[in-house]
Amino acid sequence: MTIDWSWLADHTDDLTTLTVSHLQAALSAVFFGLLISLPLAVIAHRIRPLRGLLLGLSNVLFTIPSIAIFVLLLPVSGLTRTTTVIGLTIYTLVVLLRNTVEGLDSVPVKTKEAAKAMGTRPLRTLLTVELPLALPVIMAGVRIATVMSISLVSVATYIGDGGLGQLFTDGFQRNFPTPVIVGVVLTLLLALVADALLVAIQYVLTPWTRRRA
Amino acid sequence: MYELFKNLGNWLVTGDRWSGTDGIAHRLAEHLQYSLLATLVAAAIALPVGLLIGHTGRGAFLAINLSSFGRALPTVGLVVLVFLASGLSMWPVYIALVALAVPSIVTNTYAGMTAVDQDVKDAARGQGMRAHQVLFQVELPLALPLIMTGLRLALIQVVATATIAAYVSFGGLGRYVFDGLAQRDLVQVLGGAVLVAVLAVVLDLALSALQRVLFRHRPA
Repeated sequence: MTIDWSWLADHTDDLTTLTVSHLQAALSAVFFGLLISLPLAVIAHRIRPLRGLLLGLSNVLFTIPSIAIFVLLLPVSGLTRTTTVIGLTIYTLVVLLRNTVEGLDSVPVKTKEAAKAMGTRPLRTLLTVELPLALPVIMAGVRIATVMSISLVSVATYIGDGGLGQLFTDGFQRNFPTPVIVGVVLTLLLALVADALLVAIQYVLTPWTRRRA
Repeated sequence: MYELFKNLGNWLVTGDRWSGTDGIAHRLAEHLQYSLLATLVAAAIALPVGLLIGHTGRGAFLAINLSSFGRALPTVGLVVLVFLASGLSMWPVYIALVALAVPSIVTNTYAGMTAVDQDVKDAARGQGMRAHQVLFQVELPLALPLIMTGLRLALIQVVATATIAAYVSFGGLGRYVFDGLAQRDLVQVLGGAVLVAVLAVVLDLALSALQRVLFRHRPA
């Protein structure tokens, strides 16, 4: 199984397009995942009876095979990028929701009481005290969700999208390993770079954790 | 939407849908076989590695990075790659599933081992326990809840991903998903997906029940 380097040289433009489209799908999914899971996590954190329900529901969604999710969305959103993004977003929910709830749980009660005693209103406490303190745990979830989404985009190749995943179908159909190897390597690289960037972002956003580390 | 669910209900309860080599019972058994075998092999590889890393503290870097590497590895690409290398066999599927399951088990085992209080380990050693006794009689039991979490997570992922066997022309519940996809038969796809999800949830509940029965003295 050798790499055909001339194929690689001939397809740099395609590879760039696929990589950009791959990254777009994954990052949109994480963005929408955060948008949905943040309010849900606050609800799960504050209202105990709903907590098990929400976390359990996201766990069940996680067990549905990604191929099936994409296909099931076809009657709703068709053979489009929307289908890919919705499918991936559903997958990010389990990690993002769980980590955000855990992050909010990890904020010391005394800290919240101090904020309350100082007359800070609940919403303001949430935005300026709880969420920042929960940020390290939330970011851990964002990192997992990002890496997972980047790897999962390729499954959407079955519905004609899938970014770098199209290289897998291409190689499979033509019995030609080069695009498959290139696709796997590029996916891994994307994931590693995105993860490293998120670590850097977290470092900048949470200066108070640096002394302890 | 209502029509779809009604058809799904019919699809699932039709009697002869369950029998025969392409019946649900047979596909379920295949899916179970792929998933359990892959998870067992993964556990046989990952548990010793995780225990060793957690016990000695060496290779922590590996344990931590393995999990993000495992998550980043595109399973479809891996299956196709091994398929092109090995030809038509179950190897691609098993290799991909094991590669998917190993990281979750290693990292959770490692996390469980490092969460054991150093004072407890010191006390065990102070009472004259040897290294292997500390490992098997102190660290392992204490790390067990997290190890079990890792196994359950791995099993869920493997069950959901074993659908991929059908992509390289093998069986399992993925058959319904891929055949339904090819025939534009949405009900069949939905049926396959629901069966996989139910199987994953049932196995997860079974493992957590097993955990409660086996280790009743320890809150999970």
